[in-house]
Amino acid sequence: MKVTIDGIPVEVEPGTSILNAARQIGGDIVPPAMCYYSKLEGSGGKCRTCLVKVTKGSEKDPRPMPKLVASCRTGVMDGMEVQNITSPEVIEARKGVVEMLLINHPLDCPVCDQAGECHLQDLGFEHGAAKTRYEFDRRTFEKIDIGDKIQLHMTRCILCYRCVFTADQITNTRLHGILNRGDHSEISTYISKSVDNDFSGNVIDVCPVGALTDKTFRFKNRVWFTKPVDAHRDCDKCCGKVTLWYKGEDVIRVTGRKDVYGEVEEFICNTCRFDKKKTADWVIEGPRKISHKSVISSNHYEFTPLPVVKTNPVLLEANKEQFERDTRL
Amino acid sequence: MGRKLLLEHINVPGINTFDVYRQKGGYASVEKALKTMTPEAIVEEVKKSGLRGRGGAGFPTGMKWSFLAKPEGVERYLVCNADESEPGTFKDRYLMTYIPHLLIEGMIVASFALGAKTSYIYVRGEMMPQIRILERAIAEAKAKGFLGKNILGSGYDLELYVQPGGGAYICGEETALLESLEGKRGNPRIKPPFPAIAGLYGCPTVVNNVESIAAVVPIINDGGDEYAKIGIGRSTGTKLISAGGNVKKPGVYEIDLGLPVEEFLYSDEYCGGIANGKRLKAVVAGGSSVPILPANLFMKTINNEPRLMSYESLADGGFVSGTMMGSGGFIAYDEDQCIVRNTWNFTRFYHHESCGQCSPCREGTGWMEKVLHRLEHGHGKMSDMDLLVDVSKKIEGNTICPLGDAAAWPVASAIRHFRDEFEWHVTNGAEATTRNFGLAHYADPLTVAATA
Repeated sequence: MKVTIDGIPVEVEPGTSILNAARQIGGDIVPPAMCYYSKLEGSGGKCRTCLVKVTKGSEKDPRPMPKLVASCRTGVMDGMEVQNITSPEVIEARKGVVEMLLINHPLDCPVCDQAGECHLQDLGFEHGAAKTRYEFDRRTFEKIDIGDKIQLHMTRCILCYRCVFTADQITNTRLHGILNRGDHSEISTYISKSVDNDFSGNVIDVCPVGALTDKTFRFKNRVWFTKPVDAHRDCDKCCGKVTLWYKGEDVIRVTGRKDVYGEVEEFICNTCRFDKKKTADWVIEGPRKISHKSVISSNHYEFTPLPVVKTNPVLLEANKEQFERDTRL
Repeated sequence: MGRKLLLEHINVPGINTFDVYRQKGGYASVEKALKTMTPEAIVEEVKKSGLRGRGGAGFPTGMKWSFLAKPEGVERYLVCNADESEPGTFKDRYLMTYIPHLLIEGMIVASFALGAKTSYIYVRGEMMPQIRILERAIAEAKAKGFLGKNILGSGYDLELYVQPGGGAYICGEETALLESLEGKRGNPRIKPPFPAIAGLYGCPTVVNNVESIAAVVPIINDGGDEYAKIGIGRSTGTKLISAGGNVKKPGVYEIDLGLPVEEFLYSDEYCGGIANGKRLKAVVAGGSSVPILPANLFMKTINNEPRLMSYESLADGGFVSGTMMGSGGFIAYDEDQCIVRNTWNFTRFYHHESCGQCSPCREGTGWMEKVLHRLEHGHGKMSDMDLLVDVSKKIEGNTICPLGDAAAWPVASAIRHFRDEFEWHVTNGAEATTRNFGLAHYADPLTVAATA
């Protein structure tokens, strides 16, 4: 199927979502995604940050879609034309979503362990306003230990449901979910139970913000001062392929290997994540390639690739107004 | 005098029992459908009738039925949406309470048309009396051979169940209803896939409102063409309107679509005019989620034509000068009512009922409620109105389900048409807090109880 996103055509398999089609092109036309996670079935569609405008439904039915659609949950049709960063309507809606998300997400990046790896931080930087119009009390929660190695700080949670899907799909026990409705919703464990199984640590990796953090790493360092190294070990529970985060000679954190969109390539077990913190436990493969556009890449090895759209002269001309506006943003 | 297709026998004593209902010609459509018609012919009749979904969206019912996927070896389901919870709407409850067999008759015919062997009536959890009434009526119908195996010797089997809902407004949204019916938290699903392709338990499913299903009975009895003769344009047939607010005679009325709103509001046959000799200030025509209209725009369209009780006429002028038929929850406000308080009240409801899945609705409804709360309590700012309009715009159309729109439209329309009143609340904050809008005409129940 052929789909055109922001003027760039791409051939994709039937059943591909608009978001994944955009990811095949890459660059800055890829819509942001806070709740979608390709490894988790049923995820996506909730945060509404990936809204795009479908200006042509398909070759068969060229009518535009009446509303903006969630690109992570909308399949492409042959001949579909989509606008992401070239649609002022999309940018405006996304700004609105960011403003809503930041109502109940504190800007405590200076003390948050997720800073530098936070999708909301990037999104807020790209689309947020300098000042909020919200003048009321924010919701706050006490920190909760959900397991001996994981801390839940609900105050930062944006209710993306990723951790719920993770607990539901990759572990054999469903011990946490959503309580209450609307903006009273909260992630919680069942009564006083903790999330306690071999793969529970993955909820930390999938959290797009700093709501779920690794207690073995909390407050030990800023992530951009660490040195990420790919490593592996023989593990009888998981693939054993991880990224080790070094501070000097010490491994201070172990995570799954994340791709350019912040998604882990494969989920890892708690033994690898929490218990193997010595270099001797691992076979080192080499420095991790950091290509994330966030601050985390600033002290590392490779530059972020140049955006696709912004290097394409035809598109630059066609979308001149959009880019001027984008620059103003 | 309007025709009564659904409420014709509503006042017959004992009409809620099978025997009386049958004596009055009940279940004739089941006999006709199962003995003389094919499922395709029934769908065709419903298409011919032009019946539009009576739950609020107004989508053509026959077309919805024809979208149902029919893969071999896969169950199909019909689910009746009786989770009536739109503030101002109480027609389905009325129908289920007084003439439950009409719904069951419609369910049998519709299930046969759709090839469903198991059907559900999903009733709002708080409606326990209606749940009991329907359960008893189903048992009666089953005992008389109209449900169960081999109905009327036709070879068609149907089991019909009543399922109490979770008591959440969002469970009236069709995909949240299906989630709830499956025993899960009532969160809306992301569409597509639509229920017609993957609905209950992943099988093709049609979800129809109580009134839509009940309307299938006269359509089959009299024919789709006869039904289509009633009404005006693409608004065919009769419609139940639940009239409330400051009208003299609140209640459920069956009207021919196309009736002038003036006649509905002021004639003795229907609402009888505004109570206590007051003047009409505003109307919400289709339940709390539709835009509110001031009296002048409600009575006449922007082209100075009389406004009619029809889908098209009520929507004439878009949201700038029009509104929607919605679920038929008609609320009239007299000149003493406070639009700010009313809007705050509606928003409070939507904030409470938002499921919390998607960010704009989860956060936006709460934000709007807080701003309206301060406006109503005399602490508002002049910039609040623009803020509310902007927040409602950010919610509208950007959410998973229509609850976001339902929360945004009343706010945007109230500010569009009654901005003066909002501004008055800002400039006269102290007075605004002491006004007793809307309660002046009603005796305090505690005082009444004490003096009785």
